Amino acid sequence: MEVETEVERDINNVMCQLGDPEGTPLGPPLYLPQNAGPQQLQLIVNKLLNNEEKLPYAFYISDQELFVPLETYLQKNKVSVEKVLSIVYQPQAVFRIRPVSRCSATITGHAEPVLSVSFSPDGKQLASGSGDTTVRLWDLNTQTPMFTCTGHKNWVLCIAWSPDGKHLVSGSKAGELKIWDPLSGKPSGNPLVGHRKWITGISWEPVHLNSPCRRFVSSSKDGDARIWDVSLRRCVIVLSGHTLAVTCVKWGGDGVIYTGSQDCTIKVWETSQGKLIRELKGHGHWVNSLALSTEYVLRTGAYDHTGKEFSSPEKMKQVALERYKKMKGNAPERLVSGSDDFTMFLWEPSMSKHPKTRMTGHQQLVNHVYFSPDGQWIASASFDKSVKLWNGITGKFVTAFRGHVGPVYQISWSADSRLLLSGSKDSTLKVWDIRTKKLKQDLPGHADEVFAVDWSPDGEKVASGGKDKVLKLWMG
Amino acid sequence: MVSLLSVMLGLPQGDYIELHRKRHGYRHDHFERKRKKEAREVHKRSAIAQKVPPSSPVVHSFGPPGSYVFLLGFDDDYELCIHFRCTLNRCVQALGIKGKMFAKKRYAEKALMKKTLAMHEESTSRRKVDDDVQDGAVPAYLLDRENTTRAKVLSNTIKQKRKEKAGKWDVPLPKVRPVAEDEMFKVMRSGKRRTKQWKRMVTKATFVGPSFTRKPPKYERFIRPSGLRFNKAHVTHPELKATFNLEIIGVKKNPNGPMYTSLGVMTKGTIIEVNVSELGLVTPAGKVVWGKYAQVTNNPENDGCVNAVLLV
Repeated sequence: MEVETEVERDINNVMCQLGDPEGTPLGPPLYLPQNAGPQQLQLIVNKLLNNEEKLPYAFYISDQELFVPLETYLQKNKVSVEKVLSIVYQPQAVFRIRPVSRCSATITGHAEPVLSVSFSPDGKQLASGSGDTTVRLWDLNTQTPMFTCTGHKNWVLCIAWSPDGKHLVSGSKAGELKIWDPLSGKPSGNPLVGHRKWITGISWEPVHLNSPCRRFVSSSKDGDARIWDVSLRRCVIVLSGHTLAVTCVKWGGDGVIYTGSQDCTIKVWETSQGKLIRELKGHGHWVNSLALSTEYVLRTGAYDHTGKEFSSPEKMKQVALERYKKMKGNAPERLVSGSDDFTMFLWEPSMSKHPKTRMTGHQQLVNHVYFSPDGQWIASASFDKSVKLWNGITGKFVTAFRGHVGPVYQISWSADSRLLLSGSKDSTLKVWDIRTKKLKQDLPGHADEVFAVDWSPDGEKVASGGKDKVLKLWMG
Repeated sequence: MVSLLSVMLGLPQGDYIELHRKRHGYRHDHFERKRKKEAREVHKRSAIAQKVPPSSPVVHSFGPPGSYVFLLGFDDDYELCIHFRCTLNRCVQALGIKGKMFAKKRYAEKALMKKTLAMHEESTSRRKVDDDVQDGAVPAYLLDRENTTRAKVLSNTIKQKRKEKAGKWDVPLPKVRPVAEDEMFKVMRSGKRRTKQWKRMVTKATFVGPSFTRKPPKYERFIRPSGLRFNKAHVTHPELKATFNLEIIGVKKNPNGPMYTSLGVMTKGTIIEVNVSELGLVTPAGKVVWGKYAQVTNNPENDGCVNAVLLV
């Protein structure tokens, strides 16, 4: 006779404390059953936060992501159940971006290597600057050229879209800047002259500070950064102070400007009068690249993955301000700088002039640093053929992505912060999965070095351009 | 004092003119006459340029080619041009070799004058220096860096594979001097009375590979001395003009015969396979290239090293 015996396993409980990435605890310590997994934890967090819609979260225990029920985790790591287990939850993006896997179009048009590529903040338009002194606008629906903007005297080194998508600025090797109207492809006026040497970077004022977008700052090899006004069509303030070339410039969400230079310092300026607020010293060699934790939100302005259109500049400003506040939270804005001395520094410039963390590990110079759109990760591309991933809040090293066989030039995040794209001198692009910390997709196809990559803010497309003079569009 | 050149040019010999000037001064109208004469020079020159120089035979080259007609006339006034289509009393050019020389001299002077004028004009207005748009555009983050030009990506692996199959190669050294067997091998005598002569020692550079173990010495026919074994080759990339020290993977083909290929002998002209992973080459499909063929360009047994050129 079969006796149905239900074996009741002893389900032990464990004391857990949920906390957010900055450290503030969420609710009191909970006595959770050990067969609770990430899904159950998600329900709990949603309940505790009183979220109306079920938002996805990822859970980390001592910086390791939790995929399995607590029981398995405890057994594997031999954590004692006597102590309170602190679980950090991180909100994930609601939408999921599909990884790109194929090249949907190879568009020729430029006569010289493509030096910079950028999607507009709403993801509907694409612009590229090249060594043949033109800026080209491309039609994404038909994947053909739309406008060719001529007028520059030398290579077009940098391009930048205004966060409201109404203007496109391009800077050239001759030191001049030109403003274009992206809908017609015509210049909006005379070129802006002032810099004596080539332009190394352009950054717009965030739309939540000033809408419609009027001002932008440009940095140049001649050692100063200039703030220009689009409606007045002239330079309003000159930020001089660096002794060597200024390699990168970023307009922060608080209304300050950060400039990194070859004289190994980073200077923080205020924008109404152009006064120097702080000087961040620490690097031993040129500062190559700067990144802000709120950079993605500043770049996209009021647009997000839903693709809404806005009727008036005030509405745009409001929405952008909301998004910015949500992104920033209570923590101060963080800044990461990558340098030729093979290290990076994580700063909180509004708090102190000393770096928060020094991030070492690269074996060659760090060319490009980029915060993930949710600010949780920092990715760094280096000439030592690797891309390294760091924790965006503490600066701790997480993992290194190896696979490229040549120096990695530029990186770009997908809008949901789950995928990272890198373009390298070895002519390939690689997509890396942040969750599994492995290579997701290899995108070969370029015939020569890849100079510029960009992921569209709506996550549909990736554009890349390089020395082989063609622009490639990749799709999922 | 008296120079041959000045004699040939018709200039005054000696300094008697200067002496006279010092003693008695200039004529009262000397400077004015000089100024006026110089002013007239211009007109005189243009007149010469336009007229036929007198007392010189003239060659016209009007009319269909090959039909030169010589006009031998020494009297300017009565010359009539009898050339085809030439309706003038006098052809309005200084012609002939004299004319050519004159024209050439004039042109040189004209060019020089234009240049000096341009130079003077330049200094008056300050213009921004316009850099020409150069080739080889690089993005801003690469501008201050000197980058060694990397090797070009492999153009077509399919073609390469086909070539490999056919065994035909487009090599830098198509013909090499054949190496005779007695030059390649040295006879090693063996046996108690040193009468057996079936062993041979290779006198050229060889490659054996990392997993090589000798046959038992009693049965070994070919001896490859370890002093002549090489693992690395100095490989030059023909386009980059840079030389790298790369590991040899194997000997693909020795032009002197398949026996030498199997022994791994490297002489001048041998095709070897080298490990190029440090060059960072990538195929268009995205695969990393780690082995490529190279051809040996020196005599390694004389130099003590293997030099090769990469076959791209």
